[in-house]
Amino acid sequence: MAEKILVLGVGNVLLSDEGAGVRAVEQLQRRYAFPSQVELIDGGTMGLDLLGYLDDKSHLFIVDAILSSKPPGSVHIEKLLDPPAYFRQKISPHQIGLSELLAVAAMQDCLPPSITLFGIVPLDLSTGMEMSPVVTTAVEQVVLAVVKELGLMGIEAGLTSS
Amino acid sequence: MAKRIVVDPITRIEGHLRIDCEIDNGRVTKAWSSGQMWRGIELILQGRDPRDAWVFTQRICGVCTTVHAIASVRAVENALGLEVPLNAQYIRNMMIGAHGIFDHIVHFYHLSALDWVDIVSALKGSPKAAAALGQQLSPWPHNSEQEIKAVQERLKGFVGTGQLGIFASGYWGHPAMKLSPDVNLLAATHYFQALDYQRRINKVVAILGSKTPHIQNLAVGGVANPINPDSQSTLTIERLYYIKTLIDEIGDFIKNVYMVDVAAIGAFYADWTKYGAGVTNYLSVPDMPLDTKGTAFDLPGGYIANGNVGTFKPITGFNDDFFKQGVKEGIKHSWYKGDWDRHPWEEETVPQHTDFQDNGKYSWVKSPTFNGKPAQVGPLANVLCMYAAGHAPTKTYTDGLLQTVSKLAGAKVGIDALHSTIGRHAARAVRCAVLHDSLLGQWQALMDNIGRGDYTTFNAPTFPKGEQRGVGFHEAPRGVLSHWVVIQDGKIKNYQCVVPSTWNAGPRNSKDEPGPYEASLVGNPVADPEKPLEVLRTVHSFDPCLACAIHLLDPESKEIVTVRTVA
Repeated sequence: MAEKILVLGVGNVLLSDEGAGVRAVEQLQRRYAFPSQVELIDGGTMGLDLLGYLDDKSHLFIVDAILSSKPPGSVHIEKLLDPPAYFRQKISPHQIGLSELLAVAAMQDCLPPSITLFGIVPLDLSTGMEMSPVVTTAVEQVVLAVVKELGLMGIEAGLTSS
Repeated sequence: MAKRIVVDPITRIEGHLRIDCEIDNGRVTKAWSSGQMWRGIELILQGRDPRDAWVFTQRICGVCTTVHAIASVRAVENALGLEVPLNAQYIRNMMIGAHGIFDHIVHFYHLSALDWVDIVSALKGSPKAAAALGQQLSPWPHNSEQEIKAVQERLKGFVGTGQLGIFASGYWGHPAMKLSPDVNLLAATHYFQALDYQRRINKVVAILGSKTPHIQNLAVGGVANPINPDSQSTLTIERLYYIKTLIDEIGDFIKNVYMVDVAAIGAFYADWTKYGAGVTNYLSVPDMPLDTKGTAFDLPGGYIANGNVGTFKPITGFNDDFFKQGVKEGIKHSWYKGDWDRHPWEEETVPQHTDFQDNGKYSWVKSPTFNGKPAQVGPLANVLCMYAAGHAPTKTYTDGLLQTVSKLAGAKVGIDALHSTIGRHAARAVRCAVLHDSLLGQWQALMDNIGRGDYTTFNAPTFPKGEQRGVGFHEAPRGVLSHWVVIQDGKIKNYQCVVPSTWNAGPRNSKDEPGPYEASLVGNPVADPEKPLEVLRTVHSFDPCLACAIHLLDPESKEIVTVRTVA
């Protein structure tokens, strides 16, 4: 069976760098054409609403702003071993929505077996539509990292014509 | 001596509610509700194209995206005097109905039922006894001993491994938990079943709103769903029939499970009809418009003063001055510059943050008033207003639910019991059933209208020179939502959102009268100030945004959930 991947960008685009995950997914959607086994979702700040998108997925890529002692604009990529606990205790500013979502998914046996976090450390969380320059650069790194990760799984992304 | 507790969110981005209570002799004597985050989203909208506003307002709140989109397009349409084609009204109404049902079910089962239901106690329940009880209460086919036993086994799996997961933060074994293990087990079973059903009804929103979590089909002037019964890429008859199947399935769950569970919990916790009334001025708006102008509605709304249903005054349409002129917001106790009460069109948003001042400014939330008074909004306000307006389905479901409660409690429970913490849950269940009937009606109306050959879904807006002012209101799952827009030469000049949680969570107003959360907490029992389950019960009954994000902070030990950084 072909692997099915959900790339889930989360964050609030009205709060500057907080929307980095959503911005990364927007870039992926705009610039690349993926085979149908890859689904890209702008999850905003939703929680349980996203449950249905996890069904039948073998891999989940979560792209999100994270809390970290690393400098703003850092990118942190990690395979998560206990995702619900991870989001409950740590890093994501939307830990409530995500931790609930993943905990419920675990309870409902629809948690994708492989979950990778693509985290971006934000600089500016004030109200506004623009990201800071360091985070804009980090979003670009994450976009390329997602494409590379898919490539390693044998999934080639084409470039869109625009 | 009075002890002060602070119930604070753990998230710094989404969480924005903090509740402070003074507790004396096991009762709350004073309460403050404070919004801990300033959004200032309105400023982002200034200078933008009014046709795009809904795309941005949809991102204001992670929990209620669809409702802000709806209120926004209605505000701009109201400013322009733009009529909305019938098909577009029906399609929007179906999204409103399905979203509301989804939201009410998730709120009851997944965000608040565990204030009343002890999951750990459910492990000790007897599946046989729970099944017998379930079958006695309702014809629901999934109350079998086998299905209940399966849920108990799953729960044992979680608890046995110490992985409580989503149940980790509950007050298990708290003295205010009163249900027997069998009842807890039956409720836990429905908790799991509700997870499946909420997904199904949310599909209706996804199909109509296009396939992503944020709806994409709205437009100022209608919807962007082309209707063509013969084309695969549009809203086809086949898709509409699939929607009908989803609507029918959820109806059984609402009537045979949700309504019954709420009645049972109400009966077992009958003392909670005495707590949590708070502000009993009730405001709701009509919704589910049935004509292009917004003058006829499937669900009525209006205003009730001092808890007296006899004072009901209806709000009759999108242009009703009673609503348009009645809403003001004040900032005496809010972190904004100055001290005024102003109409939303006349407001300015200039932040001025201070520390938390018990008698001064202590919240980012403004304090809305309706004709000078604080008002409670939400399903209870809506149900009381619809009841007062003589809305037949509301009357049937309300009376039916109260009869079930009376039977289970062995004493007559009347409509006055609804002015309470548990009453808000009962009203939400009634509203969910009413929304379901309305959703079915809107589906039929859309089919009939398409059958008459009307495929129109959009009237293009035009923006004249000069200034136009508009209000868009919507009876959202958490209550009255209104967006207020001032347009100048085709661009947004001012934009204000007066959201349900502002009405309910607002601080004291310019006359120092407490808001609904604050008033409803006074007099609440608190058995153990270290574990103020009772405070959560009352706050959660309003369906606050991010109820799930409220955790405890003891000001003395400053303990809050630990946030470790990533290695």
